[in-house]
Formats: sequence, structure tokens, C-alpha cells
Amino acid sequence: MSTVALLLITGLGLGALYFLVASGLSLIYGLMGVLNFAHGSFLTISAFLAWEVARRIGADSWGSLGLALLVGAVVGGIVAAGTELLLIRRLYERHIEQVLVTVGLALASVALFQGIWGTDPQYVTGPAWLAQTTDVLGARIPNNRFLLIAVAAAVLLTLLLFLRYTRFGLVIRAGVENRSMVTALGIDVRRAFTLVFTIGGAAAGIGGVLASHYFGYVSPEMGASLLIFAFIVTVIGGLGSLAGAALAAVFVAVIQQFANFYLGGTGDIMVVLLLAVVLLVRPRGLLGRRG
Amino acid sequence: MTGEVVLRVSGLSARIGHQQVVEDVSFDVPAGEVTAILGRNGAGKTSTIKGILGLIGRSGIVELEGERIDTLATDRIVRRGVGYVPEDREVFASLTVAENLRLAERDASPRRELVAELFPELITRGAQRAGTLSGGQQQMLSLSRALLNDNRILLIDEPTKGLSPKLVAEVVAALEVVARVVPILLVEQNLNAARRLAARLVVIEDGRSVLSGPASEFFEDEERLIRMLGVHGSGVGGVGTA
Ligand SMILES: Nc1ncnc2c1ncn2[C@@H]1O[C@H](COP(=O)(O)OP(=O)(O)O)[C@@H](O)[C@H]1O
Ligand SMILES: [Mg+2]
Repeated sequence: MSTVALLLITGLGLGALYFLVASGLSLIYGLMGVLNFAHGSFLTISAFLAWEVARRIGADSWGSLGLALLVGAVVGGIVAAGTELLLIRRLYERHIEQVLVTVGLALASVALFQGIWGTDPQYVTGPAWLAQTTDVLGARIPNNRFLLIAVAAAVLLTLLLFLRYTRFGLVIRAGVENRSMVTALGIDVRRAFTLVFTIGGAAAGIGGVLASHYFGYVSPEMGASLLIFAFIVTVIGGLGSLAGAALAAVFVAVIQQFANFYLGGTGDIMVVLLLAVVLLVRPRGLLGRRG
Repeated sequence: MTGEVVLRVSGLSARIGHQQVVEDVSFDVPAGEVTAILGRNGAGKTSTIKGILGLIGRSGIVELEGERIDTLATDRIVRRGVGYVPEDREVFASLTVAENLRLAERDASPRRELVAELFPELITRGAQRAGTLSGGQQQMLSLSRALLNDNRILLIDEPTKGLSPKLVAEVVAALEVVARVVPILLVEQNLNAARRLAARLVVIEDGRSVLSGPASEFFEDEERLIRMLGVHGSGVGGVGTA
């Protein structure tokens, strides 16, 4: 029972990270048809800069953790918006070129991060509570899992409310369904593109800060390795569906944890199998709309 | 009211991918009346409308009230006052009826009363997802999105397509009301509906505008018109009295 609780809650924590990356990927693809391979770089740069800020003001206080999350969100949002405005927008509707640009950016940025921060991981500390554990059903759960779950749930809720109750949210939902009809109603969807990139980047930035506490370090490749699973989550959840991304993130991470423990470290293989099954049985994903 | 030209299309060509689907189409849409585009299936009527809106690649000159709009992006053309009701309604299925309408509102004071008056059903069904509406209701929603704003012209593509005779009559009646407020460029394959609504006709064949003129001239020789459009007199559907 205690093992199950540990795997489940750790899975939820990892799922929270996947969701924070996948939410942006899913909205960006859903609205613009862009596969953003640079999304992991948004996460990594945010994690590094947030770490730089936190360690200067003393990483062990809750205030500095809060500031780190804020820095992560702002950096992720700005870098993502800049990427959209400077690179993606010029290649509007040219999907192959867009993929090439984002792949190039992802590769170049890893090299850049290695140049600045070195290839070794930078170890991250936080408030003492995060490194302690809490007993749940006999399992000693690292407290950072609870932080991850709470923050990701707050981000999910905020995004859902934003999509449901704001004009921009309405434009984004409509655009995911039929972008050209949105323009034919006199709406400049490019503003929504920039906004979606910004939101996605901010979520990834928050994910970067949380990931550094989950793993205990920041490294130049951190974003890229999370990105792979986030893409799988995005496809399983249904491209363009936020709720789908949340559901699939939890699903993928929990299966990964259980398979790693009970099936001899086959977590990654099971995730790929799950992806294959979903693609065969339900190609549009769990909550995706279009076929 | 007639005489001045709202929309002038000169030498419009349009392509889908690399395929030329409209070639050198020219016609005027006068103010204060309905101009109908007729032509066989696949003649290029929809592509002409989409070319005017910049929804597909196009070249040639399009002027709205004397100003060139052919260099503008679609959203800016629409904001100049070009309302669009697409061929297959294209309502946002996952949004509610009210959200579809709210999305379309551009003006500070949208004409919600006009919509409520013409299609009261849409107001009572405000919370329903547009994807669950019947074809006729979706058509009314699509029309309403264009009617909410103070447009200079409406481009309406086959509004009666696939509707029952009773609904065709309803839509035609609504368009008669609308036409009193704003000029319309209408694609219409239902000859009876076109006869009721249109003051002028433009016939398109193989992507080219072949004939245009007052509707009355065309309907004088209806046999010829029917031959030109490749429809059967009996197959064009009736418009009941509204
Ligand atoms: N998505 C498309 N891809 C390729 N060709 C198309 C597409 N849509 C229409 N066409 C072609 O363009 C021509 C004009 O089509 P369209 O403008 O829709 O005709 P109409 O509205 O008069 O029926 C047709 O020959 C049709 O086959
Ligand atoms: Mg057509």
C-alpha cells in the first residue's frame, strides 16, 4: 500500500511537470499548427535564470521560491513571445520551416546553456520543507511532489478560467476549431498566436523551476528530455485540448512510475506502447476534436 | 439608392494551392440591391468570394466603395465592413450559440435586436453548443454573425443549400429583410430564391465571369439560364410563400 501511494503521488508530481510543458505545446499546435521543438528551451532558460535569482537572495526561504516561480514564468513568457514574433511569425503557414527553426533553436540553445553554465548539473536547494517527507498511508512522500501538484493544478484552473471567460480565450477556442473562420469574422488571430506562445512559455517556465526542485538540479538538457514526454502527452491528450493534456499527463506519468517499479524499469517503453495504442484506437487523442 | 458601386471586382484571379480556380473575373455590386452569382458546381463561385476576402491566394483589383482592399489581410477586409457567410456555415461547433455571436461582434453597439427579431430561436438556444443545432439553425447563426455588425456589404455563399423548402423560404424571407439594410453579393443555386432576391446576376463558368446584367433579362429566357447552369428546371427547388 505504501509503495502504491508513493508511486501514485510521485507519478502525479511528474505528471504535473509534463502538464506544464504539454499545455503550451497543445495550445500552440491546436491554434497555429506549429510543432514547437523549442519549448524545452523555454523551460531550461527559465530554470537557470530563476536559480540564479534564488541563490543570490538565499534559496532556502519561501519568498525566494515564490520569486523563482515568478521569474520562471516571466522569463518563459518573454522568451516564448520573442520566439513567436521574431522567428515563427515570418514562417506563417510554412510548417516544415517552422519545425526546422524550432529544432535549430532547441539545439543551439542547449549549446548556449552549456557555454554559460557548463555541462555539469547545477544543484538547487529550496525551503527546508521541500526536502523533507510527509507520511501518506505509510509512505514517506517527498514534499516537493505536493508543491508540483498544487502549482500545476492552479495553472490548469487559471488557464481553464481564462479560456472560458475572456475574449482572448474565446478567440483561442474558436481558432483551435477553425482558424480561417476567426479571421473571416474580422479578428486578427496573430495576436492570439503571440498570446498563446507567451502563456505556453510561462507555464513551461514555471515547470522549469519546479523540475529543478523535483530532480534537485538544473541542467542544459533538462528541457529537451521533458519535451519528449510532453509531446507524447500532447498527442495522447488530443492536440489543442487543455483538459486532455492534463488527463494524459497524469496517465502517462503514473503508468511510467508503476512500470518502472513493478515491470523492471520499463516505464519509457510502456509510455511509447501507450502512445501506439492511442494512435491506433483513437488517433485524435483522449479529448481531441478533429480526426 | 442604386447607381453607386459598393464593390468592384476587376480581373480577379484566385488559386487554391497551385491550381488556378478563378481567372479574370470582373463585375460590380451596386448599392441597395442583391447581386447573385450563378454557375455550375465547381465553376468557381465560392473561390471568387474567398478571393475577394483574401482567404485564398488572389490577384487583381477589388475595390470597396472606391478603395482598394485586395492588398489587405482577411481580418482587415472584414473590419472595413465586409460580412461573410460561408458556404458550409462554419459555425464553431464546440462554442455555444451565444459565444458564436459574441465572437462575431465588432461594433461598439452590435445589432442584437435585429438578430433577436429575425431569429428569436437563437436567443432561446444561447447556451446550446452550435454543433448540436440543425442545419437550418446553423445557417441562421452564420447569417446572424454577419448581421450583428454595421457592414458595407455581405458576401453570402449558398445560404439555402441543403435546407428543406420550408427553411429555404424562411432564409429567403430573412434575406429580403436584410437586403433593405445592406447590399448583398449572393451565391445562389436555387433559381427561385435568386429570382426573389436578386436585382442583378453574374454567371461564372470555368472560373471566368461570362455574363452579367439585370436579373430580369436573364429570367426572361429561363430555359437558356437553366441550360447555362446545367440544372433541371424541376431540380432547382421551390420557394414557398413566406
Ligand atoms: N480545397 C480545394 N482543393 C483543390 N481544388 C479545389 C478545392 N476547393 C475547390 N477546388 C476546385 O476549385 C474549383 C472551383 O471550386 P468552387 O469555387 O468551390 O466552385 P463553386 O463554388 O462554384 O461550386 C473546382 O474545380 C474545385 O474542384
Ligand atoms: Mg461553392
